[in-house]
Amino acid sequence: MPVLKTHNIIKRFGKFTALDGVNIEVNKGEVYGFIGPNGAGKSTTIRVLLGILKASEGEAKIFGKDAWDDAVDIHKQIAYVPGDVNLWPNLTGGEVIDLFVKLRGSNNKSRREELIEKFDLDPSKKCRTYSKGNRQKVALVAAFSSDANLYILDEPTSGLDPLMEIVFQECVMATKAEGKSVLLSSHILSEVEKLCDKVGIIRQGTIIETGTLKELRHLTRTSILVETIQPITSLHEVKGVHEIEEKDQALSFQVDTEELGNVIKYVSQFEVVKLESSPAKLEDLFMRHYEGVEQTSHTGVGGVS
Amino acid sequence: MAKQLHHNTGRLARLILRRDRIHLPIWLSSIAVITIITAPAFTSLYSTEQDRRAIAETMRNPAMTAMVGPGYGLDNYTAGAMMAHQMLLFTAIAVAIMTILLVTRHTRADEEDGRVEMIRSLPVGRLSNLSAATFVLLGTNVLLAFIIGFGLYALGIGTMDFEGSLLYGAALGATGIFFTAITALFAQLSDNSRGTIGYSFAVLGVAYLIRAVGDVSNETLAWFSPLGWILRSEVYVNNYWWPIILTLGVALVIVTLALYLNSIRDLDAGFIPAKPGRKNASAFLQSPLGLALKLQRTGIIAWAIGMFILGASYGSVLGDLESFIETNEMMRELLAPAEGFSLTEQYLTMLMSIISMICTIPPLMMILKLKGEEKKNRTEHLLARAVSRTRFMGGYTLISFIGGFVMLLLAVLGLWSAGTAAMDNPIAFGTTFNAAMVYLPAMWVMTGVAVLLIGFVPRAAGLTWLYLGYSFIVVYLGGLLQFPEWMGRLSPFGNIPKVPIEAINFINILVLTTITLVLIVIGFMRYNKRDIQG
Repeated sequence: MPVLKTHNIIKRFGKFTALDGVNIEVNKGEVYGFIGPNGAGKSTTIRVLLGILKASEGEAKIFGKDAWDDAVDIHKQIAYVPGDVNLWPNLTGGEVIDLFVKLRGSNNKSRREELIEKFDLDPSKKCRTYSKGNRQKVALVAAFSSDANLYILDEPTSGLDPLMEIVFQECVMATKAEGKSVLLSSHILSEVEKLCDKVGIIRQGTIIETGTLKELRHLTRTSILVETIQPITSLHEVKGVHEIEEKDQALSFQVDTEELGNVIKYVSQFEVVKLESSPAKLEDLFMRHYEGVEQTSHTGVGGVS
Repeated sequence: MAKQLHHNTGRLARLILRRDRIHLPIWLSSIAVITIITAPAFTSLYSTEQDRRAIAETMRNPAMTAMVGPGYGLDNYTAGAMMAHQMLLFTAIAVAIMTILLVTRHTRADEEDGRVEMIRSLPVGRLSNLSAATFVLLGTNVLLAFIIGFGLYALGIGTMDFEGSLLYGAALGATGIFFTAITALFAQLSDNSRGTIGYSFAVLGVAYLIRAVGDVSNETLAWFSPLGWILRSEVYVNNYWWPIILTLGVALVIVTLALYLNSIRDLDAGFIPAKPGRKNASAFLQSPLGLALKLQRTGIIAWAIGMFILGASYGSVLGDLESFIETNEMMRELLAPAEGFSLTEQYLTMLMSIISMICTIPPLMMILKLKGEEKKNRTEHLLARAVSRTRFMGGYTLISFIGGFVMLLLAVLGLWSAGTAAMDNPIAFGTTFNAAMVYLPAMWVMTGVAVLLIGFVPRAAGLTWLYLGYSFIVVYLGGLLQFPEWMGRLSPFGNIPKVPIEAINFINILVLTTITLVLIVIGFMRYNKRDIQG
């Protein structure tokens, strides 16, 4: 049974349809990367999953229970970090962490101290004095010091420095190693690439691509940079070759992954002296989905609010 | 230098006007309308010389002086003198409240939310934000002064002459400008908007109390209160302008101080220092109820002290009232005493309706905090954890109920202890206690209305304040202006029996309690079904 499964979630705000049939499935021990441009519906989806918004149609199940009806039960096993962490200005970070951990039901004191140290957080300061990054640390420490089975993280690293980002990645990997699941919404594609087993891309309230990174890469192209002694002729006639560019002595182009073998065979006739190949980055994938859709896309609800 | 400090102030002022294009007209027109519809009532209610002499006699007692200020021209109690005596102080307080809320909104609250930072990154002077807010409020209060001044004169009431009407408006405007200055100052001293509002309201409350005690027993003391100055303009009787000039002069000094403090402090900093807090949450804090209490702790304590002082200051005049009634033959005849009750006890019932409505403010703030938390996206921290909506809202509702009871109890304790000390024949504690507690169901209904609104339309939950304001007007002014009875019945406070003069009407109390329950149950049901906004 999947830890989290949604079936055609639709959410309307008045006439505006924010989510138009979202399907997500996260299994045990999986890290699911949830990506998409601003206003695509990431935060709305997460809020439906948390039972804070009620889906207009469709079904969201977590641990096999309904996300709206059994919200309280589900939340006992969920840790959540919102994208925009607003805290009570007159409480200290330490107090907020304790409160959050306590409200979930479980408590792990030693883990809390360890994380506060790791994230380099001063828990005695009032929340109103914290920067965005520090408020995020409060939420992260609270999340990772609870023994949850599903971690829902909404752009958790947008305010963290690179050092803290590494600490965060370690936390996610440790969580995964314990067989727990993570839903990670992020704009930092290198982070998603590094951490996630599965990726879902959302656009205008619909998941337009989903699968493992490997599967998704199959849909895309590999970049090749090649230098040969003899000039390569009529490369553009070879099947699966795109975007040929001349760079000094070399040629750079992109190849459909399934045609890679044939293209290499063809190129090798011209006496290769240098060959560089790089797999498609998630960024390329992402760009491929978003380029050219600007005309049809329209501004949706803001990122987190 | 001037450019460094004040560049683009005009543009910022326009921005404030744009943001307040709904707030300002609503505030201005409600204050103006209430003033202008009240004035003709005095002439129609007390049309004969005899009526006026009678009402003047009832007004000639310390309890009235404590509540509305010293009566000027009681020997020739014209409609104008009545207006200035009975309406000016309360309207001035309403203007002060408007000003405190608006100034805070555009100074410290904007700074706290990071908007001032954005503004300051643009080619804008260091003091432009504060001076723009001050200018807008200055303009608003001047406008209010003229609307009220010309409005009252336009009614064509003989005893409300042109100069007096303008002075009446000017007294209100000057109060507003004074509290603009006070709030601007506290926006520099405190480093958050709640503190700014809290300190400014504290100044307003203390100003009222000092004036009340001073007006009754010690004229010199009243001189320490800006509200005391305003009343000494003796509008429609002697028309003194110097109190207005005094108030404006002091306001100017305070604004200058505020601007100076703003120029020497860092953005986001205040002058009242913050100390480091706990590293761990106490056991008390670790529940939704504990959190709700902790968040409002300072406010609750401040209100509790305030309610006790309010009760005590009303109580302290009971002694004067007693001796006044004893020595005044005419007064005793006029207020034909109800069977077996002293006149002080009759006054008690009127005091209680006022006290109970003031005691409704803190419990309403406690329940409406729920909406503020939702708006600031903090509700989701709790609801994303193992906290049900019923439990979350239940905590706030419980605090509101208990808070209301505690506030009322403290006011009664203050009233009774100060009254006992001051009176020769003190009222029994049981009588005072019952007279106050009978208002609890009315306070519950107000909380119920807030819960219902938060359940259905959280954005409109603030309308509860309007309902409380309506209650205050119909119950407090209703008797004075002889409003039709149904207007009082529309407010829960108008349905409360006047204990000890009237017997406790259990049917009314039962009905109000049932209404509360229904409102709360529906509110909870709806809150459990709707989207959390923010």
